[in-house]
Amino acid sequence: MNTPLHLWLIPLLPFAGFLLNGILGARLPRWLVSVIGLLAPLGAFAVVVWNGILAFEPAERLIWNGPGQLPKVLALPFAETCPQAWIAISGLHVDFSLVLDQLSLVMLLVVTGVGFLIHVYSVGYMHDDPGYARYFSYLNLFLFFMTTLVLAGNVLVMFIGWEGVGLASYLLIGFWFQKETAAAAGKKAFIVNRIGDFGFLIGIFLLLANFGTLTFSEISATLTANPAFTTGILTVICLCLLLGAAGKSAQLPLYVWLPDAMEGPTPVSALIHAATMVTAGVYLIARTHFLFDRAPIALATVAIVGAATAIFAATIGLAQNDIKRVLAYSTISQLGYMFLACGVAAYSAAIFHLVTHAFFKALLFLAAGSVIHALGGEQDMRKMGGLRRKLPVTFWTMTIAVFTISGFPPLAAFFSKDAILYAAFVSGTGGKILWLVGLVTALLTALYMFRLWYMTFFGETRTPDAHPHESPWSMRVPLVILAALSICGGWIGIERFNSYLAPSVGLHPVSSNIPHLELILTVVAVLVALEGLLIADKYYRRKPQRPAQLAAALPNGYKLLADKYYIDEIYNAVLVKPIFALSRYVLGWVVDGAILGGITWLLAGITNLPGMILQRWQSGNLRSYAAWLAAAAALLLLFVLVPWFLGANGINVHWSGVIGR
Amino acid sequence: MSSLQQDVPLNWYLLLSALLFALGVVGFLIKRNLITVFMSIELMLNAVNLSFVAFAYQWHEVKGQIFVFFVMVVAAAEAAVGLAIIIAVFRVRATLAVDRIDLMKL
Repeated sequence: MNTPLHLWLIPLLPFAGFLLNGILGARLPRWLVSVIGLLAPLGAFAVVVWNGILAFEPAERLIWNGPGQLPKVLALPFAETCPQAWIAISGLHVDFSLVLDQLSLVMLLVVTGVGFLIHVYSVGYMHDDPGYARYFSYLNLFLFFMTTLVLAGNVLVMFIGWEGVGLASYLLIGFWFQKETAAAAGKKAFIVNRIGDFGFLIGIFLLLANFGTLTFSEISATLTANPAFTTGILTVICLCLLLGAAGKSAQLPLYVWLPDAMEGPTPVSALIHAATMVTAGVYLIARTHFLFDRAPIALATVAIVGAATAIFAATIGLAQNDIKRVLAYSTISQLGYMFLACGVAAYSAAIFHLVTHAFFKALLFLAAGSVIHALGGEQDMRKMGGLRRKLPVTFWTMTIAVFTISGFPPLAAFFSKDAILYAAFVSGTGGKILWLVGLVTALLTALYMFRLWYMTFFGETRTPDAHPHESPWSMRVPLVILAALSICGGWIGIERFNSYLAPSVGLHPVSSNIPHLELILTVVAVLVALEGLLIADKYYRRKPQRPAQLAAALPNGYKLLADKYYIDEIYNAVLVKPIFALSRYVLGWVVDGAILGGITWLLAGITNLPGMILQRWQSGNLRSYAAWLAAAAALLLLFVLVPWFLGANGINVHWSGVIGR
Repeated sequence: MSSLQQDVPLNWYLLLSALLFALGVVGFLIKRNLITVFMSIELMLNAVNLSFVAFAYQWHEVKGQIFVFFVMVVAAAEAAVGLAIIIAVFRVRATLAVDRIDLMKL
């Protein structure tokens, strides 16, 4: 038996922080807001780490002489259910249940750990913002929903977290809501996510209709017990879930909201739109892997979507000039990698890349934020340059992040990207194509990351009037910690990670019997990354005029990339405009204006007309009122007296109707 | 048994009461002066009081008598408020003709 682990503390601590800062924050001094905002994720992180220690340590090594009972062995998965059922109607029983297993433990460590570091960073970054308390309450609200999403024991609780992180994301993208573009970006993110959530909801309904339960473990058990379960319906469910995951994780064709989401404060981009929330789609697929494992068509779709997104976003990233947008397309591309890994059933490789990506992408964003902060809000890389000496801490941490994402050994992403490429290579004939796409993406990744690196930190200063200054310690410390994690995060190795996660997501092959295959693939991947570095070095350091010449030589190709394949414009013309027209003309004018308005006008007329006639009665003359009163009283008297007189003369009269006599 | 009841039957009291009430109604309807209208109301109230008392006497019921006291209290209060309103109206409009006081109309 396990003793209670108080899993509920993990979401509720940030929620308490949200309430305190949200309600009282405006009246509290800044240092107190910071303390509340930081203690909430720190407390949640502490609970997660404590649970993690209990789960990792063998029982005999836990020495505790106090009266409290420590769990003898913390067997994962460990479930905690609210004693009161949430929904209990015939045939549907849903609990508030939280489940800790290897997968959610890893996710929680990332969410609360990286989340806490980004909270610390925010103290420095948002220091002068008038909405300081509001910012921290939103950030805590996000952590509440994200931990709920990760800990959820059934699909419906997960859906709460899923919608909640969408809400927090919306609030934080539009944090500077006075800015037109920021408010529009928030709306765009929310609406695009709605499309994905629609798929997720249909998936939930189908699960309920076919399994009669929404609890992950029960669905998994049902599937194991029925090996002949129809594949067709599983494919449909998985495709619906994939639509939800693609919306949240910014995959094709629903990726369009993520680049615009960069309108939010940079720490928000780091936490929500790089490290944690956007990986929820990957987490969803890993969490429901027992469904995907039985639906090969859906799994192949996941892989294709992932690979296509990876290379598609990487090419756009090549031609962007806004430092945060480059990182946004890089995030989409890396999320494509994770989907690719999920699609070849290498879930632990996907989660491995998710973890390392959380480290290095958070670091990239925070370092970019440090650059933006130093330049007073400048995000255009063409106006940066030569910042190497002025921002040493930012430069060195950014350097580590850039080398990590490009996949140089022995940094974190080298191991995780390698695991994904390897898993793709060994998964049949189609896998070779996926591997090739992944490899080209790796080349493009190295290319655009080093382009960013050279444009930002090398060459001549292109803003002579700016006076860049290194960021305060609250921003530098998270940078350094994340840099250390980006270096060491992959050293655990895919073999150990794979076997650790096996109870949650199953094993996938990490070695083969073909000799040296692993080594060859690794060497190829590293060479490709090196090639990316060399190309970027040639074009952006040694011959900085070359990119412009190349762009001039291929004006159409360059413009296609710089304008992001015109996807936004296409969506606008194909989807947004017709929906607007439908809303305005058909729904607005015909339905609302003519039909609903007409009915309302008719109803108003029916009551208005008698009113106009009867109002003449209300003359305002006292004696006319009195006369009516007297006449009515006389009528009433007649009403009583007439039957009485008639009755006295032998005629019985009974008034029928309302006056019962 | 007092001689009053034997000499004067109940019907007479009721007739008198009805007559007074009818006078009150007519006065209320045809008089133009606000104070006369007001007095007509008092007349109607007292007509009702008379029938109350007569019935109470007839059937030896004290309830009717008590009711009369309530009516008197209400009438006194009404007189105080009503006269105050009349004075206020006169100050503003310098007239007490009910036909000219038609502000109740919207």
